[in-house]
Amino acid sequence: MSSREIGARQISAKAYLRRLGAFTGLILLCAGLAFATPVFLTVNNLLNVLRQVSVISLIGLGETFVILSGGIDLSVGSMLGLTGIVTALTARSGAGFATAALTGVLAAGLMGLVNGLVHTLGRLPSFITTLGTMAVARGLAYVLSKGVPISGFPGGFKVLGQGYFLGIPVPVIVVLIMALICSFVLTGTVFGRYVYAIGSNERAVKLTGIRVNLYKNLIFVASGLLTGVAALIALGRLQSAHPTSGSGYELNAIAAVVIGGASLSGGEGGPWGTILGALIMGVIENGLTLLNVNAFWQQVVIGSVIILAVLVDRLSRAERTDAIVK
Amino acid sequence: MSAAELLRMEGISKSFPGVKALRGVSLRLDQGEVLGVCGENGAGKSTLMKILSGIYQAETGEIRFAGQPVKISSPRHAEGLGIAIVHQELNLVPHLTVAENILMGRIPSRMGIVSKSAMFRRAAELLAEIGFDLNPHAAARDLGIGQQQAVELVKSLSTEARIVIMDEPTAALSPDEADKLFEVIERLRHRGIGIIYISHRLEEVMAITDRIVVLRDGEMVGERKTTDTTIPEIVNLMVGRKVENLFDHESTVRSEVLLEVQGLSRDGRVYDVSFSLRRGEVVGIAGLMGSGRTELLEAIYGAAPRSAGKVRVAGDQVAAASPYDAISKGMVFLPEDRKTQALMLSQSIRKNITLPILSRLKGLFGTVAVGREMSLVEDLSRQLKVKAPSSETVVQGLSGGNQQKVVLAKWIGTKPKVLLLDEPTRGIDVGAKAEIYELIRRLAADGAGVVLVSSELPEVLGLSDRVLVMNKGRVAAEFDRADATPDSVMLAATR
Repeated sequence: MSSREIGARQISAKAYLRRLGAFTGLILLCAGLAFATPVFLTVNNLLNVLRQVSVISLIGLGETFVILSGGIDLSVGSMLGLTGIVTALTARSGAGFATAALTGVLAAGLMGLVNGLVHTLGRLPSFITTLGTMAVARGLAYVLSKGVPISGFPGGFKVLGQGYFLGIPVPVIVVLIMALICSFVLTGTVFGRYVYAIGSNERAVKLTGIRVNLYKNLIFVASGLLTGVAALIALGRLQSAHPTSGSGYELNAIAAVVIGGASLSGGEGGPWGTILGALIMGVIENGLTLLNVNAFWQQVVIGSVIILAVLVDRLSRAERTDAIVK
Repeated sequence: MSAAELLRMEGISKSFPGVKALRGVSLRLDQGEVLGVCGENGAGKSTLMKILSGIYQAETGEIRFAGQPVKISSPRHAEGLGIAIVHQELNLVPHLTVAENILMGRIPSRMGIVSKSAMFRRAAELLAEIGFDLNPHAAARDLGIGQQQAVELVKSLSTEARIVIMDEPTAALSPDEADKLFEVIERLRHRGIGIIYISHRLEEVMAITDRIVVLRDGEMVGERKTTDTTIPEIVNLMVGRKVENLFDHESTVRSEVLLEVQGLSRDGRVYDVSFSLRRGEVVGIAGLMGSGRTELLEAIYGAAPRSAGKVRVAGDQVAAASPYDAISKGMVFLPEDRKTQALMLSQSIRKNITLPILSRLKGLFGTVAVGREMSLVEDLSRQLKVKAPSSETVVQGLSGGNQQKVVLAKWIGTKPKVLLLDEPTRGIDVGAKAEIYELIRRLAADGAGVVLVSSELPEVLGLSDRVLVMNKGRVAAEFDRADATPDSVMLAATR
């Protein structure tokens, strides 16, 4: 066995370490906060954190598909707002919970398909495509709602956003189920393989006779559907649909994916990393609030954490390249 | 003509990992002389010129410039000595003017501010001096290729050059433009400048040079006065008598046609190519770099759109520009550059190998049947002798030969009828090369058809049952195995 080949093996070990890195970070963070404030390590507070990160986690799971394939979806925040309005209007026109919820999720999936079609048929970079649809979706949310929040929904939404099942908040259960499904799809199925493959080397995958455009559309639809589910939970939590809802969420979702160890150039990362990333951001936010740190400073800290996380990632990547050279 | 010696290179050697690029090459250039340098791809011409222009440093040997020993340490140093190189590919900045491009890096200025009038005046002087009628105010992107080449030429001459190296300068020129270039060369020669002229177009070399040296496998194999030699003699020197019987094989050609290409064209690159490939046959495609070999394979496979023509695999028509359709009909393509076009470097051997057959490994709920996948990968890795700790090893860390074996394993796993192989042995070690040769013949013996493109003539001649020679996007000649000699193929490729 040559040293070169040993280097290759070290690479995959490092990839696991990197994922562990985010996990260790989270544990250390929690330990620190447990010492700093007694409130942090209470069941109530922890469940609160989990509930708070549920919406970003769900969007982040969708974003994970897109980023793994080497793309980016900037439209998810606006999509969340528009889906909320569509769902609310459906509910107000007399539809029951199931019909309204299904309409909302399907509408979000459709928006994802529009992203995919513009990106693949128009051969526009996903950044540009979704930058455009981000504005379009937000605009439509205002148009449909006439700029006013809509309230009054079937009771099912309240359960979805605020209910408990076996003492666990329903949104947390939804995130868990979705993460399990995503993990199964990404690691176990042929489609999941294609997602990673496209992100690793799109040109090679195309030349291998795989219908890259078809799968890219499916990826954007997945991002849309998961954002749709997130929208239902956001709606249930607030009990009203705001056209402004979800503003800036795309950046939080991307941050969660990246903190979770994914590479923005595609091919590396995974759903559990994204959940970790969302949790890290949620715990920091929660801790700072408990420590009475001014909300403005919280943004400074969160921003720094994003940079730090990617920096650590970059450094571990540099080491990997060394391993190959040696 | 004065015979003052301008340059002497003595015993120049240079190696790269695994390759001895130059072995003790010596070369002399006089003032006002045009020296032709000929050789096949990979013979060492470019390496020699890169040493002369300071990009590489020689390991052994001496360079004397105008009688003085020099060590050319960098491109800047070479420029300072008066050695200018006109590159094969154009390096102009498209949105800048002709004047700015010519004087790039030496734009006249006062206190950091460009003095435009001085710049345009100087550029106009330089253009007039060489005899090109070009507007210094024109933007580079608005010029034709020939005019751009002219700008490149003026740019390199504006550095008070005493030696000008031209690497395939006419590759992109029309005959008229080429004639203009020859006039310029004639004028430069009269000014006492020494010119090193590298070209595959032997007729040109015969027409404008005074002397020709021929390189082969990093060695200087011949030197002739142009008036004393002929094109066949030069070709003979270029290819040598080196095709060994290492490749000897029984013909396995059967009657059934596997691939039919009819009137295939690709705008500006490939014109009206037709040929067919039988079961058990290896058809080699020879030709110089840029002759359209790669472009032809890409068009057959659908990696690039075609402008006309039909492709059939075992009688079924293959849709244009659809690798998906090609593969589902049993045709696969090994691209020239495995790293950017064939492999997922950050993924494991297993995931690379099974990528094209994942849909056949589909189990319940669209899952990958990992058990079947594993045993398939083990089989293929063993069959191709991929050397790695395990099939979970990431491809990035493998040697070139092993990476190429992974690509081949990936295609063989699809049980293809037709394999299009573009430079399958590029940049890999000798051992792996021999294994790949064996594999190609075995695939043919087992009933596949192979189209083989390679820059290495012995490889094409040794493995093929039939050889097509491409030249300027067309099939210039076709030879049966018995008639395909290095000389005849090279002649057809350079005509």
